Amino acid sequence: MKWSLWAKTNMNWTRKDLLGLEYLNREEIEMILDTADSFKEVSTREIKKVPALRGKTAVNLFYEPSTRTRVSFEVAAKRLSADVINIAVENSSVRKGETLIDTGKNIQALKADIVVIRHNCSGAADMLARALDISVVNAGDGWHEHPTQALLDIFTLREKMGKISGLNMAIVGDIAHSRVARSNIWGLTKLGAKVTVCAPQILFPPGIEKMGVKVSSDIDEVLKHADAVNVLRMQFERDTNTAFPEQLEYFKNFGITQERLAKAKKNIVVMHPGPINRGIEMSSEVADGANSVILEQVTNGIAIRMAVLFLVATAREV
Amino acid sequence: MGILIKGGRLVDPANKIDAVMDILIKGNKISQVDKNIAAPAEEVIEAAGKVIMPGIVDMHVHLREPGREDKETVLTGTAAAAKGGVTTVLAMPNTNPAMDCTENIELLKRIIIKDAKVNVLICGAITKGRMGKELCNIEALKKNGVYAISDDGCSVDDDVLMFEALKAAKKSAIPVICHCEDKKLSANGVINLGFNSTRLGLRGISNASEYTRVARDIQLAEKSKAAVHIAHVSCKESVEIIAQAKKKGVQVTCETAPHYFALTEDAVLGYDTNMKMNPPLRSKEDLLAIKQGLRDGTIDVIASDHAPHTENEKNIEFERAEFGKIGLESGLVVSIMELVDKNVLGWAELVAKIALNPAKVLGIDKGTLSVGADADMVIVDADREFILEKKCIVSKSKNSPFIGRTVKGLVEYTICNGKIVYKWNS
Repeated sequence: MKWSLWAKTNMNWTRKDLLGLEYLNREEIEMILDTADSFKEVSTREIKKVPALRGKTAVNLFYEPSTRTRVSFEVAAKRLSADVINIAVENSSVRKGETLIDTGKNIQALKADIVVIRHNCSGAADMLARALDISVVNAGDGWHEHPTQALLDIFTLREKMGKISGLNMAIVGDIAHSRVARSNIWGLTKLGAKVTVCAPQILFPPGIEKMGVKVSSDIDEVLKHADAVNVLRMQFERDTNTAFPEQLEYFKNFGITQERLAKAKKNIVVMHPGPINRGIEMSSEVADGANSVILEQVTNGIAIRMAVLFLVATAREV
Repeated sequence: MGILIKGGRLVDPANKIDAVMDILIKGNKISQVDKNIAAPAEEVIEAAGKVIMPGIVDMHVHLREPGREDKETVLTGTAAAAKGGVTTVLAMPNTNPAMDCTENIELLKRIIIKDAKVNVLICGAITKGRMGKELCNIEALKKNGVYAISDDGCSVDDDVLMFEALKAAKKSAIPVICHCEDKKLSANGVINLGFNSTRLGLRGISNASEYTRVARDIQLAEKSKAAVHIAHVSCKESVEIIAQAKKKGVQVTCETAPHYFALTEDAVLGYDTNMKMNPPLRSKEDLLAIKQGLRDGTIDVIASDHAPHTENEKNIEFERAEFGKIGLESGLVVSIMELVDKNVLGWAELVAKIALNPAKVLGIDKGTLSVGADADMVIVDADREFILEKKCIVSKSKNSPFIGRTVKGLVEYTICNGKIVYKWNS
């Protein structure tokens, strides 16, 4: 790796935390993507490790069950030679009524350098970041943001299409309850993409168009113009206040199938943050088909998280 | 003997006075109001350049005692009131136990006699335990000296029960204070429904959750001929509905709180739990409608909805934090900044909304500087700017949305029943 390049990129990175893409400007988002570009190669080596964060400790503090995001952060930290500790709610004193801030301060007292937090309450990462001096990385908070997921989506898209600016991007699914949707919308619009969100009316949150997106419930029309489509996981169980469409009904009206893709642009990029509900938001043929980049997203997630951990952990050292 | 306040600008809308006058207090009453009073007095306060106004009557205060003395007590809450220029508070009944029977009211009365620094009036509950299931004995509550009834914090969901309550209140000639909220429409929301709830990923509370209940309570009031007072009006549609009802002659009054004309939903960006309250901070459009309602007289009263909560209940995840904020110490200064300085209200109109009108709603002889009235008054250095600091908060809880704000209007003296209960000390 070119250490000089890292030092150069990092000169402009001033944030100790990554909480959401709403808070970043275009240059900062591009800095993360460019840093990830240089880190991606590490995972192709025979010895998949660089000493960038040797001696640093990253704690994954997960209040929601998650395998893929947690593992991705763990792999990323280890490839940077950081020490990693995983705390899941079931194994911790959280259940004994310790507050989030107390837990965070204890982690800080252990002289950890980074807390990666996943929490079911929106704003939990913001709150923790305010309370702590060490770095906080948001690995998903409630319906609010999931910045590293959006960054890896955008990274993958940029790799495939060469650029983001001017692309027609469709985001399909439960927009109302999706942190992935929010982070993608902030990130993509800041980089100049034209974003359309597509869902049944009931799954649009109020004022969504003020985020700078077009709104449509006509999936076939949306797919016709899309350079890429990001298909969200439907979580029918999540919000008891919303009348969700019936699953098969949803698949019929919004599911991404080969028949639908046949009428779309030939090279349309199909993305999904995982885990996929096959036969609900997309058919198996599409998930495993030629347009799908779903597994590349997973690979790129490592590079993005390496970049984020590296930037926040070294922000104040430069 | 007594206290003589000299040379201040007396603002007393009840007597249509806004002029430089002296005021003499003897015992617990106002003895003389005139130009250049020369009578001897034990204490003479030079008040040139200061505003002298009737003590504030804050008709929406949660003192938390009995039951949640960790949040506030009668002692600390009334000390905060005195500092804020408030000489009479109406204590809301959502204590533990609730103020729903003679025994509980007697308990609170004993605490008030022992600890209160300003006048504390008790608001009784409408239903037992504020559960919305069974009416309290409203006649007995009235006999116990309760000045209004309310299930504040909850609306009485059952239409029939609410109608019964209003009829009973009419019979006992006691006002009913309505917390207007359809909890089904609030749908577990924590902030105003709109772009910000989308942006922050939080559940939203629609204006409809408030104004549909305002409409219902007004219709039932019209039918029962009871006097209703709508608490903490926060949105445009509620103001419109109340204005129409007043035009029709329905016996309805209402209040708003300073945060609804000083802050919008944008204050919640960043997840500050001191900005979490119910009803929630609304849109700019709603804020403008509240100001217009204050200006045109649709909104009669400004009350703080002082709702103390401990740091433990606030310094947690936004969705889990308690609703509410303190306001006894900031109500006057925020109102001066937002209403008088911005030409929404004149001084006399402001004093009417914070002192005279609430006294009228509660049927008490306060909120005036008439000769013979209770000597409750405030001396304010209206031009003095200062910063509201957390460390200066007297209330037991510190959950103020205005911490760090520069405000104007320093309370120098608060006099309650002829006694100086607060004196500013630099």
